[in-house]
Amino acid sequence: MATEKTTIFSPELAARFDKLVTLYPVRRSALVPMLLYAQDEVGYISTAVIAEVAERIGIRENDVQSVLSYYSMLRTKPAGKYNVQVCTNISCMVCDGYKILEHCKKRLGIGHKEVTSDGLFSLEEVECIGACCWAPAIQINYDFYDELTPEKMDQILDDYKAGRGKETV
Amino acid sequence: MADVTFTVDGKKLTAPAGTLLIDACKAAGIEVPAFCYYPGLSLQAACRMCVVRLEKVPKLQTACTTTVAEGMVVYTETDEIKQARKATIELLLGNHPLDCPVCDAGGECELQDMTFKYGAGESKYVEIKQHREEQQWSPVVYFDRPRCILCYRCVRVCGEGMDVWALGVENRGVSSVIAPNGGDHLNCEECGMCIDICPVGALTSGTYRYKTRPWEMNHVGTVCTHCGDGCKTTLGVRAVNDGVEIIRGDNRDKSGINGDFLCIKGRYAFDFANNQERLTKPLVRQADGKLASVNWEHAIDFAAQRLKEVRGSRGGKAIGVIGSNRTTNEENYLLQKFARTVLGTNNIDHHRTADYAAFTAALQGRADREASLRDFASAPAILLLGNDPTEQHPALAWQIRTNVRLNRARLYVANHAEIKLRRQAKAAVTIPQIGYASFVEYLSGNDGVFAGNANTSAFRDSVRKEESLLIVFGSEFRGRDIASLVQFGLSLPNVKFACLGDYANSRGAADMGVLPDLLPGYVPVSAPAHFAEEYGSALPTEPGFDMVEMFDAATRGDLSALYVVGSNPVARYGMDASALKNTFLIVQDMFLTETAVLADVIFPSANLYEKAGTATNTYGDLQLVKKAADKAGVRTDFELIVRLAEKMGTHPKNLVPFGKGVRADFGQSRGVQSGEADRHAVWLAANDLEPKLSPFDPFAIFDEIQRLVPAYNVPRLNLLAGNDEHLKSELVQIDTNATRRDLVLPSQDGLYTSGTLGNYSAKLKEVVASHTTMNATETAAD
Repeated sequence: MATEKTTIFSPELAARFDKLVTLYPVRRSALVPMLLYAQDEVGYISTAVIAEVAERIGIRENDVQSVLSYYSMLRTKPAGKYNVQVCTNISCMVCDGYKILEHCKKRLGIGHKEVTSDGLFSLEEVECIGACCWAPAIQINYDFYDELTPEKMDQILDDYKAGRGKETV
Repeated sequence: MADVTFTVDGKKLTAPAGTLLIDACKAAGIEVPAFCYYPGLSLQAACRMCVVRLEKVPKLQTACTTTVAEGMVVYTETDEIKQARKATIELLLGNHPLDCPVCDAGGECELQDMTFKYGAGESKYVEIKQHREEQQWSPVVYFDRPRCILCYRCVRVCGEGMDVWALGVENRGVSSVIAPNGGDHLNCEECGMCIDICPVGALTSGTYRYKTRPWEMNHVGTVCTHCGDGCKTTLGVRAVNDGVEIIRGDNRDKSGINGDFLCIKGRYAFDFANNQERLTKPLVRQADGKLASVNWEHAIDFAAQRLKEVRGSRGGKAIGVIGSNRTTNEENYLLQKFARTVLGTNNIDHHRTADYAAFTAALQGRADREASLRDFASAPAILLLGNDPTEQHPALAWQIRTNVRLNRARLYVANHAEIKLRRQAKAAVTIPQIGYASFVEYLSGNDGVFAGNANTSAFRDSVRKEESLLIVFGSEFRGRDIASLVQFGLSLPNVKFACLGDYANSRGAADMGVLPDLLPGYVPVSAPAHFAEEYGSALPTEPGFDMVEMFDAATRGDLSALYVVGSNPVARYGMDASALKNTFLIVQDMFLTETAVLADVIFPSANLYEKAGTATNTYGDLQLVKKAADKAGVRTDFELIVRLAEKMGTHPKNLVPFGKGVRADFGQSRGVQSGEADRHAVWLAANDLEPKLSPFDPFAIFDEIQRLVPAYNVPRLNLLAGNDEHLKSELVQIDTNATRRDLVLPSQDGLYTSGTLGNYSAKLKEVVASHTTMNATETAAD
């Protein structure tokens, strides 16, 4: 561990990972948080991320692959700059969440887990995001928008398109 | 742990606390069905088949994860449980293709059995079954995803058992799928354990798939012909036009020293027997210098006459004999007896891959100092010096890994290479390739000969603190080095040793005296003791030529005839082919090997799967070899030696003690009622008749071996039942002062090679080729 390692991550994240693997009784417990942090920084879980995470924990790449493929929030392809996550679980569903989803599909011209050709937006149908009181709700990257209507949705997308959206990647 | 008492289905049972309920039930004869539970592997509780009702517990519990407790009341087979299991099977069958009529596992499928038992013949599901095409993951592993019930057995046996970790489960829920580590292929040791352990037909074998059904084969338990571990393998055989062919190798009944383990060679590399290049007719070199096939009578007669001529004109000294590492003990014994009594020569040797003579001499007949392969599964501590068991002794590596995993055994590794078993080691040191002997000195406390450091000194301290230790060493140790290693070991309490040699019966060849200076049981030829009277004729008492000397003698023109049985010294021992140009060469082999092409007479011989007898693995475990396959045209080495002797004018009875007045096999090894032999003998004696025995009966020779070689006088009943018996090393008497030439040449075989034999296994070659091409493309992509 003392030797200088080459890493694909930023020095801050690399330092965070160095600490993370020591926090649990077994090293592989750090796997899921590491994948989440890596996804935030890199944008998706690339093969290089898999390789380095496996190496840092001391497990095999196919072990990482097994965990990675289990969780739907971990992605193996780049998302758009703004990842629109539309909730369609019960509360949102009864408040017309599917209408919001269909509206986004039409407006952006892409389907579930697809990215617009300019790479600006990606769309995802997700499970409950914990905003049931204000259904229907969506999440763009880490920001919430709720009590939506198709008109409100248009406004939000226009804002993001024009560069007025929140930038909390 | 203390025993607890509990009740299962109204029966009072007792088991040590901590025992799993499923095991406790099994021990009491109560079957609790399970797919995912597998003894020795980690617990999964994935299949939900083993659910049982525990009194005072609200829900059904899995018997595979519940430990027994005092006063526990369990029901294993109530209507409620039957219903639960039926529902589980219905779910498992949700996407199952129900293609049992074409599935390899049909007839020995656990899912099929359970479906029959619990009767989930109908399904409430109306959804279309998810189908995926079958995939080929390697030359030996195929995957049919729809048949998979996700029990994780393959994942665990590959990871925990083999320490390969080539399989994983990807995705979740109904999309879960077993996935190989290479994306669409496997990067692994190709052992096939995943196929064997699969309770259904999801993983199938490249050699066996779609060839036959389990009930159409005969199953014969015999000993693997490849490495020195001597795994027991159960061969599935069926009749074909030219004999009986082997179509499957496994050990699902867990009998034998290897349990259910087999490596790629034991499981797949039996295909050499069906190789197109197999010789099935005797060949004799004609006046035009070409080999032509002749009939057996002519070939044997021709060879015998030439041997007789040489014996008559130049004496036994001008004849050499080279024995095999893969023939049975009886054949090895017979060969040396033939050489010494019929040919009148001590010029007999074999390709030595370990110095068993020096090892035996070093033990000096001490009792219980030699480790069986079984011991490695339970020893508290193991010291591995040299060798790479993962590659060269897969069953040993399996035993060690299992022991470390299940019993937390402490493994100490000293090696010049980064061998894979270091992963299991408590401590490991890297030593120079030529530094093994001085490292042993260092372990004994001599600091002067080995440049130690903190690591090596900690290693030494822990090893010397062990109160019970197995020391296992490779062919890095020979002669005097073995003596000093044994001396060091004996300075510690409760040490047992194991000496690693390379082929199926290398140990047997040495034990049976296929050596120029030692008779069977390591009795020196210069003082033949009881062998002198037993063998009748005047035994040559001067040590003969060893392998190298034989070829030297041939170059000088001092060796007029050479009889090579199942060996390929030209390719495997680096002997000079041109040395034999003026030597009459008889070769007994399956193939036209590099040595056989030089021969004047070639006898096509049977392999270890096509004959009966016994074989000794490198640890000194004696096992029964049973005839499984058959090939028209070939003869066993045993028969050929006897017939050759007969044609040379020796009565077969002088060689094989068949006939009146001996203990012998009357078929009890083949399943006749016990006691039959005695009754038969009494009847024959009363009628003044001789028991009708064949001069080709290996058990007649085994009688003689047991009589003349005390270490082999092990209880026969267990042996004939197909179990291993460890040799009685305390009964070996060997002169320890003799210095011998070091002729050990390791075979350098890995997982996918097996001496000359490996060259004729299409499956091994295919696997090697697939690994090479895959590596090539990977390199190119980088």
